[in-house]
Amino acid sequence: MFYREAGQFKTSYKADQAVFPIFQDRIFVAIWLFLGFVVVPMLANEYVFRAIFIPVIIMALAAIGLNLLVGYCGQVSLGSGAFMAVGAYAAYNFMIRIPELNPLICFLLGGLSATVVGVIFGIPSLRIKGFYLAVATLALQFFTDWTFSRIDWFTNYTPSGSIAVQPVEVWGFVFDSPIRKYLLCLTVLVIFTVIAKNLVRGRIGRAWMATRDMDVAAEIIGIRPIYAKLSAFAVSSFFIGVAGALWAYVHLGSWEPLAFDINLSFSILFMVIIGGLGSIVGGMLGATFITLLPLFLNQLPIWLGINMSTAMVSHLEYMIFGGLIIFFLAVEPLGLARIWQITKEKLRLWPFPH
Amino acid sequence: MKYGTLLRTLLLSVPLVIAGCGQEDGASDATTSNEVTQSAGSSDGIIVDVSDPNAQFVPVLSYRTGPYAPNGMPVANGFTEYLKLINARDGGINGVKISFEECETGYATARSIECYERLKGKGPTGAAVFNPMSTGATFAITEKAPVDKIPLITMGYGRSESRNGGVFPWNFPIYGTYWTAADVLVTHLGDINGGLDNLKGKKIALVYHDSPFGKEPIPLLEKRASMHDFELIKLPVTHPGVEQKSAWINIRKEQPDYVLLWGWGVMNSTAIKEATGVRYPRDQIYGIWWAGAEPDVRPAAADAVGYQAVSMISSGQAQVHKDILSYLYDAGLGSGERAGVGEVLYNVGLLNAALVVESIRTAQSKYGEKPLTGEQVRWGIENLNITEENIQDLGLSGYMYPVNLSCSDHEGKRAARLHRWNGESWEYSTDWISADDAVLQPMVKSAADTYAKEAGLPANACES
Repeated sequence: MFYREAGQFKTSYKADQAVFPIFQDRIFVAIWLFLGFVVVPMLANEYVFRAIFIPVIIMALAAIGLNLLVGYCGQVSLGSGAFMAVGAYAAYNFMIRIPELNPLICFLLGGLSATVVGVIFGIPSLRIKGFYLAVATLALQFFTDWTFSRIDWFTNYTPSGSIAVQPVEVWGFVFDSPIRKYLLCLTVLVIFTVIAKNLVRGRIGRAWMATRDMDVAAEIIGIRPIYAKLSAFAVSSFFIGVAGALWAYVHLGSWEPLAFDINLSFSILFMVIIGGLGSIVGGMLGATFITLLPLFLNQLPIWLGINMSTAMVSHLEYMIFGGLIIFFLAVEPLGLARIWQITKEKLRLWPFPH
Repeated sequence: MKYGTLLRTLLLSVPLVIAGCGQEDGASDATTSNEVTQSAGSSDGIIVDVSDPNAQFVPVLSYRTGPYAPNGMPVANGFTEYLKLINARDGGINGVKISFEECETGYATARSIECYERLKGKGPTGAAVFNPMSTGATFAITEKAPVDKIPLITMGYGRSESRNGGVFPWNFPIYGTYWTAADVLVTHLGDINGGLDNLKGKKIALVYHDSPFGKEPIPLLEKRASMHDFELIKLPVTHPGVEQKSAWINIRKEQPDYVLLWGWGVMNSTAIKEATGVRYPRDQIYGIWWAGAEPDVRPAAADAVGYQAVSMISSGQAQVHKDILSYLYDAGLGSGERAGVGEVLYNVGLLNAALVVESIRTAQSKYGEKPLTGEQVRWGIENLNITEENIQDLGLSGYMYPVNLSCSDHEGKRAARLHRWNGESWEYSTDWISADDAVLQPMVKSAADTYAKEAGLPANACES
């Protein structure tokens, strides 16, 4: 009824190829952007910014990055934590060694460093496929864990291997308050989402998807697998590297190598799987689900006024969280993004399903 | 439709699961359960609601789950029960009741930060002081505390250079840092060898938790190694520390003269079992104070006899423990088991809470007897002056030490004793051993200066 494209005629190629061809979708996205940039900053308190919005936004960026690789190009990777670590440590080193550099440029350089590492560790993907590739990317995870905890140069010889970051100051403007940090992260996310969306709609994205669906066929129709796979690794690790730099500088403020361990890789992969493989909005939904649900479950008993020991709450949190993951995957194996899509299709027919 | 059925089944099963766990938890594992507390009912005035406008809010970061739970639980019990006792016995601090809320961190840094953010603004005046109970979390919160103006007490952990209050005005590593502990251990090894010079040519292995916590003592030990010509073998153990075969195979190969154990949680008991496995004499192993408690040695049983650890506080009971038993446990308000009251880590939590309470008391002497802000409590900590007389009055004789803090010294005490596991309990095996401040002071200064430079802080804020 409300969501119907009847009467919206596309009279040009440009209109036909728009990112959001349906008018209601454009309104919807505009509302989200308005909420994100105007309403949330007016309403949210510090806890909501620091513990909810900032981590969710950064994780969404990482999940979108990994989704380009896993969902669009079909290359399973367990190295996202490592790419985030590379991004974070590279940004730190650029900042500490070239102090006059703009922090935002350092974040991008962190992303580029991750790109270089990603391309190098993407080379095995030309020969190894599927689960075997996942295991090969694990090597990268262990390699970075080792590098950043053993080679003191990367941590600027801090005695404990823990890094404390400098304030993020751009042209005299310091990103110190939660609201400024939030807006910085949100802006980065919006820009990168636009880039990702356009990449997957274009020639590169089609090459990735062709490789994912059947690499032999893709090669026959003229897609060079080396180009498709390595470009997917490059772009994906760039996204994840920038997310890592933001995670370190904006969210953590101080971190140890353990902050980017294998668990982080797993949770980003879960975000992608639960959110929906091969979907940009899926990355965002997955990041929200995996990051927020444990916090929500952890605080629910207090909101409900139930007195429980913290240990009990913590055990319950794990059990319900695990149960919900199974539930969502059982209901819709294609992820939250698919549920969202089905909702939209139902809305088109509503209130007359037949 | 089939999903509807699935959904209904799941929704029905959730309460069942919850009920099931509740029973199991209460029956089998009383130490984890606060339910005893709540079901007893007569908790009026002892457990104060966080929203009470006349109560001082103290946040509690604890871990009662995960690989560090066996050690995290007694600390959390000791900490919270002392706060409850102050409410029950004294009616609060000068009449100001204490409210507290626990937040489960699982010893994970990211979760600790979330807990910090969750708790820092609660209560009428916000959090009084944070005790992160984790070195990794301390590093992270150290960056946030100055912005929020909330002090940190990191009793026996955290950044070693943070004793320099000129650079770290919000950090208080009272009663010792890791550098102090490592220096005490090296001094003791020198003592038993007839002088530090006799350490020349000896091999000392450091088996450490591969995290900021485990790495903290390394700079000091390296400095000592170069001063006295002993060889330092560094053997990292990855979190959580259940897999350390390779470290102990190295020890069997190298046969070091001494092993220093810098572990926490399950890592410690595993280490002692592994030492038994490679037949490394336990009386040549020395632990940090976090590796010297009952949960560390009990799983290894008789194999742990002779193992020593540097100690902030050992096991045993003072007057205050009797009060806790009579005011809380007899009224059904205890958090753990009676037998746990007076264990090493319980006493650590208790001592930590006592420092918090005395800091608030000191701050009240300046700012009045009402709930105070973190900034006011910080003044109280920095001007803390606990005398033997105060300790007597608190019923903590022998379980708290006189301490007098100042802006330039946030540590207060640079000496510790060693205690030894005799198979039944921990007992002190040495007298007080002082760390050599001539070695520590220059290291603290240079590390703090580096930090100040990187963070853009004044090198010394004490003069102003």
